[in-house]
Amino acid sequence: MENKNETPLKKVCLICAKGSIEDVYATLVMGNGAVMEGIETKIFFTFFGLDAITKKQMHKLHTATVGNPAMRMPGGLPFPSILGMLPGVEAGVSAMMKKQMEALDMPPVDEFLDMITAGGGEIYACKLAVEMFKLKKEDFNENVKDIITIGDFYGMCGGENTQIIFT
Amino acid sequence: MATKTIAGVTLDVSGEGYLNDPAQWTKEIASEIAKEEGIELTEKHFELIEWIRNKVESGEALTIRGIGKSGVVDIKGFYQLFPGAPLKKATKISGVPKPASCI
Repeated sequence: MENKNETPLKKVCLICAKGSIEDVYATLVMGNGAVMEGIETKIFFTFFGLDAITKKQMHKLHTATVGNPAMRMPGGLPFPSILGMLPGVEAGVSAMMKKQMEALDMPPVDEFLDMITAGGGEIYACKLAVEMFKLKKEDFNENVKDIITIGDFYGMCGGENTQIIFT
Repeated sequence: MATKTIAGVTLDVSGEGYLNDPAQWTKEIASEIAKEEGIELTEKHFELIEWIRNKVESGEALTIRGIGKSGVVDIKGFYQLFPGAPLKKATKISGVPKPASCI
């Protein structure tokens, strides 16, 4: 089952461009997983991904109940779109998802960012998106190291056995 | 499934060097495994090792978040005690199975 990897990953660079719970948590779990394996990790948040590092938004992340073909009712039946449009359903489903994650000891976003930086991971915000959404450094969680351009980020992603992952 | 002799005792180990039987663990074995990982064990290390062994014995899942909340170390401290891949190293040295969690 275990195979000795002759060329283990040395660096993982993650780019998070979406702001739904599943996309943000995918990035955070992958980022923390890399940090926990001793892999140098850098995460770049852009566009709606900025919600994950913005103080005002990071606790209000939702998952889509409309137009999400993978959404199902608990029990497995298909989720009717008309139900997903009703007021409160999106918030309710998102809250249920968060509860499930908490039960698995997945932390809320701000604690997750603490964990990633505690292990040496670095968190960045995309300068272009920051300007587009008219945000400032103060709007971000304290774990955000800097606001940089994609060119700067690519500059950090060099080196052998580096992988760039887009979520 | 393999055997390995650590600190003069022949032990059952997994392919990656984790003890198959946590009951065979002793502090000397821990120090030997730690040396292989390049770590010199201190009081703090052993405090955390004891916490880890208790948690595994009580059947609870080990997560790095749990360790941060253990009261023994915070997560930054954990990375300092077991640099690189802390959860993997700490469990190996503690003589418990490799953790199968993503967090």
